[in-house]
Amino acid sequence: MSTEIKPGRVTEPHQGAGTRTTHPAPNFWASVWLVSTREIISRLRSKAFLISTGILLLIAVGSVVAGGIMSANPSTTSVAVVGTAGAVVGESAGLTTVSADDVAAAEALVRDGTVEAAVVPDDSRLGVSVIALDSPPSAVMNALSVSPSVELLEPAEQGGFLVYIVALGFGLVFFMSALTFGSTIAQSVVEEKQTRVVEILMSAIPVRALLAGKVVGNSIMALGQIVVIALLVGIGMAVTGQRVLLADLGPAIGWFAVFFAFGFVMIAALFAATASMVSRQEDVGSTTAPVTYLVMIPYFLVIFFNDNPLVMAIMSYVPFSAPVGMPVRIFLGSAEWWEPVLALVILAVTTAGVIVLGSRIYRNSLLRMGGRVTIKQALRG
Amino acid sequence: MLEIRAINKHYGTHQVLTDVSFSVGAGRMTGFVGANGAGKTTSMRIILGVLSPDSGSVLLDGVPLTAGDRRRFGYMPEERGLYPKMKVAEQLVYLARLHGVSTSAAKRNASDLLERLGLGERANDHVEALSLGNQQRAQIAAALVHDPEFLVLDEPFSGLDPIAVEVVLTVLKERAAAGAPVLFSSHQLDLVERLCDDLVIIAAGEIRANGSRERLREQFSTPRFEIHTAADAGWIRGVAGITVIDFDGGEAVFEADSDAASQQVLREALTRGAVHSFGHLRPSLSTIFKEVVR
Repeated sequence: MSTEIKPGRVTEPHQGAGTRTTHPAPNFWASVWLVSTREIISRLRSKAFLISTGILLLIAVGSVVAGGIMSANPSTTSVAVVGTAGAVVGESAGLTTVSADDVAAAEALVRDGTVEAAVVPDDSRLGVSVIALDSPPSAVMNALSVSPSVELLEPAEQGGFLVYIVALGFGLVFFMSALTFGSTIAQSVVEEKQTRVVEILMSAIPVRALLAGKVVGNSIMALGQIVVIALLVGIGMAVTGQRVLLADLGPAIGWFAVFFAFGFVMIAALFAATASMVSRQEDVGSTTAPVTYLVMIPYFLVIFFNDNPLVMAIMSYVPFSAPVGMPVRIFLGSAEWWEPVLALVILAVTTAGVIVLGSRIYRNSLLRMGGRVTIKQALRG
Repeated sequence: MLEIRAINKHYGTHQVLTDVSFSVGAGRMTGFVGANGAGKTTSMRIILGVLSPDSGSVLLDGVPLTAGDRRRFGYMPEERGLYPKMKVAEQLVYLARLHGVSTSAAKRNASDLLERLGLGERANDHVEALSLGNQQRAQIAAALVHDPEFLVLDEPFSGLDPIAVEVVLTVLKERAAAGAPVLFSSHQLDLVERLCDDLVIIAAGEIRANGSRERLREQFSTPRFEIHTAADAGWIRGVAGITVIDFDGGEAVFEADSDAASQQVLREALTRGAVHSFGHLRPSLSTIFKEVVR
């Protein structure tokens, strides 16, 4: 049964739509900006965040400085020279000479360890011979050897070890930043859901603005961190005299930042969407695990396959690994000019698709408390 | 005037709301009453646009509500919550800003409200550091901080101590007096009865009764009278056209076939001694509620 009674008092006459407003509603991007500012401020106030960022920056600076020290001071070997041998040794790089009066004095220097070896004149074709303590001194031998000139038909632009370090660097920075800020987003999404504040937020601003604000805020933080690392590495290299490496690495770092910007937005949307499917912080880890794997796989691939052109080529186009794969290939000089552009387009399109899908999951999951929302429920709504 | 028109909503195979229609007049305190799971929260979420209905519409002065209109609502969800690690005042300013209030006005509103709700000294504490009662007050501040023109409050009084209830009541009455339509749900029927101009009773997803409080009481009243006399009232049983429902010493509740019969009882009682009270027995809200929901 249903009973209907008109209200006792006649209600006020219709007010024009124009007279309703006291506070104009902020537009979409103003809402996004408000949300992202809150994300950034709450991150900057978190001690855990500040400490982990400090450690990451220290590692970046430390590795540059260490690299600089190793390349700026190539180990020199001291040799004792006697008489005319000095002229022969004097032209060789990597050797410092200590003059000795005679062969006996030179031998004494070798014996007490002051020098690695002694170079003394003799009657051989070379005009000198080498005296060492217990084994042939390879550094001295190499310095004094004469090698024929070599012409490489397809020179590799960078040495293998350097490539490994650079690949590891890109992989590590992407992995660390994406994981740090991705899980930050995940926690912030679940915090709002768990504390139920999300219902007030949803009544004030569109869900899309809420999601976009989180992604934008954390992307700014992540990109800011990347830019600071890139600047520190660049300045560090310039200061420690590694200008040649900087010239090679510069474009790769630049592309990395661009790829990271898109790649991170995609990963952030995925973290937010998967996290919105649970209601408790305890469940965040398990629900976001697939996204975590997506972030970790490129890191391991680049460590194990950085010298495999085929794997690197594939990686540089797959959206999830492109932010790591393409910069490494650019550094290697194995990418044509249009390749990063194409890979970036693929990444951008994928990111747009993921955002659409992610915001759908996010919207449909936010008010479902209690158990875990299944993907099917989240997509259907 | 806020008008809810023919709202239907289902979850899976479960129909939660069936043709729900009612209105909240400007300046009217409207109580929304129903058992747990009757559909109050779902209705409120639909009004706020947090959920979308399967069919039906929410109108403001005859025009469908837009997202912009909804920002001028103050909403207190049943599921309470604010950011635990954010300072109370900062959080209120943030929520006001999301509703479009300028930073300076938001700060002013926040500190005024906190002062009024007795939280002035806790403005810079984290929400998680507040007692439950104080968190509840902060929640009310969150619903009011953007000068809303409409209030939709789900169980605003649960968890409040009597003093806080009075403070909140005063604030709500003020808003209603200023012309804001106020819709709130509560299980505390005595409070609703004392407070509301209008009532909406929902059961199993259907509106069972709605209208002004007085009209409802009128409608659900039976021809029942109550009399309280100094002398024993046992003689009433003998009056023609009277059925005694309840009887205890000088007090009696009876049904009269006609007004004349009831007046006859009063006349006779006066001849027998002092009559302390005599009146038409109006049903209390909880009586109406039980009857309507049954």
